[in-house]
Amino acid sequence: RKQKDNDTASLSTPSSPDALPAAAASPRAPPARASRRVASPGPATARAAPMGRGGARDGAAAAPPWHSLPDEVLEHAFSFLPAAADRGAAAAVCHGWLGAERRSRRRLAVANCYAAAPRDAVDRFPSVRAAEVKGKPHFADFGLVPPAWGAEAAPWVAAAADGWPLLEELSFKRMVVTDECLEMIASSFRNFQVLRLVSCEGFSTAGLAAITEGCRNLRELDLQENYIEDCSSHWLSYFPESFTSLETLNFSCLEGEVNFAVLERLVSRCRNLKTLKLNNAIPLDKVASLLRKAPQLVELGTGKFSAEYHSDLFAKLEAAFAGCKSLRRLSGAWDAVPDYLPAFYCVCEGLTSLNLSYATVRGPELIKFISRCKNLQQLWVMDLIEDHGLAVVAGSCSKLQELRVFPSDPFGAGQVLLTERGLVDVSASCPMLESVLYFCGQMTNEALITIAKNRPNFTCFRLCILEPRTPDYVTRESLDAGFSAIVESCKGLRRLSVSGLLTDLVFKSIGANGNCLEMLSIAFAGNSDLGLHYILSGCKTLKKLEIRDCPFGNKPLLANAAKLETMRSLWMSSCSLTLGACRQLAEKMPRLTVEIMNDPGRTCPVESLPDDSPVETLYVYRTIAGPRSDTPDYVQIV
Amino acid sequence: MSPPLEPHDYIGLSAPTPSSSSCSSSPSPAAEAGPRLTLRLGLPGSESPDRDRDGPADDVAPALTLGPAPHKAASKRAFPDASPHRGCSAAARAEDKPPSAAPPAAKAQVVGWPPVRNYRKNTLAASASKAKGADDGAPHYVKVSMDGAPYLRKVDLKMYSSYEDLSMALQKMFSCFITGQSSLRKPSTKDRLTNRSNVDSLQDQEYVLTYEDKDADWMLVGDLPWDLFTTICRKLKIMRGSDAAGIVVSTLCT
Repeated sequence: RKQKDNDTASLSTPSSPDALPAAAASPRAPPARASRRVASPGPATARAAPMGRGGARDGAAAAPPWHSLPDEVLEHAFSFLPAAADRGAAAAVCHGWLGAERRSRRRLAVANCYAAAPRDAVDRFPSVRAAEVKGKPHFADFGLVPPAWGAEAAPWVAAAADGWPLLEELSFKRMVVTDECLEMIASSFRNFQVLRLVSCEGFSTAGLAAITEGCRNLRELDLQENYIEDCSSHWLSYFPESFTSLETLNFSCLEGEVNFAVLERLVSRCRNLKTLKLNNAIPLDKVASLLRKAPQLVELGTGKFSAEYHSDLFAKLEAAFAGCKSLRRLSGAWDAVPDYLPAFYCVCEGLTSLNLSYATVRGPELIKFISRCKNLQQLWVMDLIEDHGLAVVAGSCSKLQELRVFPSDPFGAGQVLLTERGLVDVSASCPMLESVLYFCGQMTNEALITIAKNRPNFTCFRLCILEPRTPDYVTRESLDAGFSAIVESCKGLRRLSVSGLLTDLVFKSIGANGNCLEMLSIAFAGNSDLGLHYILSGCKTLKKLEIRDCPFGNKPLLANAAKLETMRSLWMSSCSLTLGACRQLAEKMPRLTVEIMNDPGRTCPVESLPDDSPVETLYVYRTIAGPRSDTPDYVQIV
Repeated sequence: MSPPLEPHDYIGLSAPTPSSSSCSSSPSPAAEAGPRLTLRLGLPGSESPDRDRDGPADDVAPALTLGPAPHKAASKRAFPDASPHRGCSAAARAEDKPPSAAPPAAKAQVVGWPPVRNYRKNTLAASASKAKGADDGAPHYVKVSMDGAPYLRKVDLKMYSSYEDLSMALQKMFSCFITGQSSLRKPSTKDRLTNRSNVDSLQDQEYVLTYEDKDADWMLVGDLPWDLFTTICRKLKIMRGSDAAGIVVSTLCT
């Protein structure tokens, strides 16, 4: 039993909130055996003793009172542990706690939809009210995963419909969600309240109509960056006239038009509406009208914010925004005519989050606008802001915690005036900055070392130098020194993306210093197997590793096979792997699924290929569900 | 927009060329595997370590996104490259692609690099092309329905330069429904669609092309200049002449 519990612990360590303890199948242990193990000496026992049962009056032989607490008490205690990692740790203590925890868990996050079977998840956690499931690997966002790869939401919806009739929240990310799924959601959960779809595909406005019509208690409909087929089915009109519970409505990714009159009535009657994110089909004057109807908004996405300048429209907007005293978060696809930006000035002071990452506006108006947002905590912009714009941000936004700078012209000739200077300035002047995503054309070790010294509090550092393998543009050296400084200085770093010219040495540093690192993204870096070996043998808390176009081969993979089971997943594409190593890995580690993806044009079965066949893409993940059965032709499970 | 262009294009609609997959006894494992998804990139002149040098034919074509049409970034690997010089090959391949009026990039494109989400790329491309009002960038797909046809089609209005082009294309697309519907062979669709003056002959004709504009009204095709038409047309419908006559007659009467 001790061995089994060690296994349990390995899968549900604090760093793996998504894990389901492996000891699912074993029956509940009789309490006596549980007590023998948990009755460890020490202050814990003494402290726990007075809990409700009056202490161990019967002498040393008596079991500690808290081992036999009724489940309801345990469950109540666990309700104060919202973080999945803590609940996982509690569940690993003993079977008694495992049972109490799993029966009372309300929120379940499945970070890899193939890590467990939907039915098992539903059976294991029967009281779940909110579930989040993620599907495709991260690199699918960049086109590295062909279509029909899998990650269908349907099995999860079906299992939930069966076993979680009281489900209230469902969230899918990078999955294929069909209209049938949405229809099933609408008809299966009588108290369904929150639907969040992020980077999903496969559904249309007809499915949305099923949701709006069927979910009488809907509070949140949050559609982020999905591909939605427009069937012009007036989904918005299906909200009944008596429906008033909406708090969040985000349809910014919808291509088609919506009936504005219907939207306006909806906004008028939903007095609790806090978040409204419009799509590009809503013109500017209509935005103003909506704001007048919903001055209580906390978050607004303006959709397309562009129109020819008309002073009366400007006045209308300005008046509308003046009424929005609670507005804290602002976003939108602004082909913004800079002349309209001053209409926002009255809300700038209150803004904590500004997403201009789809705004192609540039110039002094933009900078003036941002500089008025003194309380900004989160800023997403395009590199059109340029170095001098970031210098102004550095001076104005002292509370900044997160900065993302996106490339306006990723494939262009690099004419944007954004360099490492901007990041250095912001890191120097924003003491609370902890999360950065930065696309730029050039970098130096000196800049990175300065940044590392300024901001040891980084938790997320993602630097993308646009051209692969770009060296320090001053010294022409690799950027090993710079990134090493980052990992050495930022002891709490959880997420790191590296770029530019890098040798194996940087990975030695990352492996040795990345003690909190959970996600690492590597592209076009390293010289040899050693680089990968440093990572896999170090980085104690690594969960997700994604690698592309690096000269890493079989040896480090096999040498560190056991490590892979402590991680959620590993992605390696365009590296130097061969089929033989994947076979060995699969054989050695039965609880990993080893998926290889090759050219879809070549569908000869994996069994017939020799060991030295190259493997283009490897995706390995731990699972308790065994190999999946929905692989397309081009994916083979070894 | 239509369901993800990105995944479809990733597969690469053209089959891998036989020449590249036939190389067999090369010592390099990469060549043996046939058209390999090898990505070469890096600064011009820099060497990708461990990439086989003798298998340029296996080179997967870098993405062909040039300028403001980056949503095609995922569409690549259509043509294995015979030349190790990525620059020229990218330019050569650019000509094969449908007209993309973007400025040619000196460097080749790599799949999924820089790591910008396809959703973001598509959105920016669409807004860029709309902002410019240019004819490049995102294609303008509209649905085409026909009375009595069991399914609809989609056409990209940007592929055509005039009403004649469009009507000929539609005629080809829907010919399977037109033939066999009536024994009377009608005058060419072209005449029908663009000939607004012969209103009285509408009674004889079977089909008339109409479109739905931004106000959701059904209008007869042909009144507007072509360029303006492409921007405001949202849907097309091929109506029967008898139904359409109602539209035209009523317009004439006002």
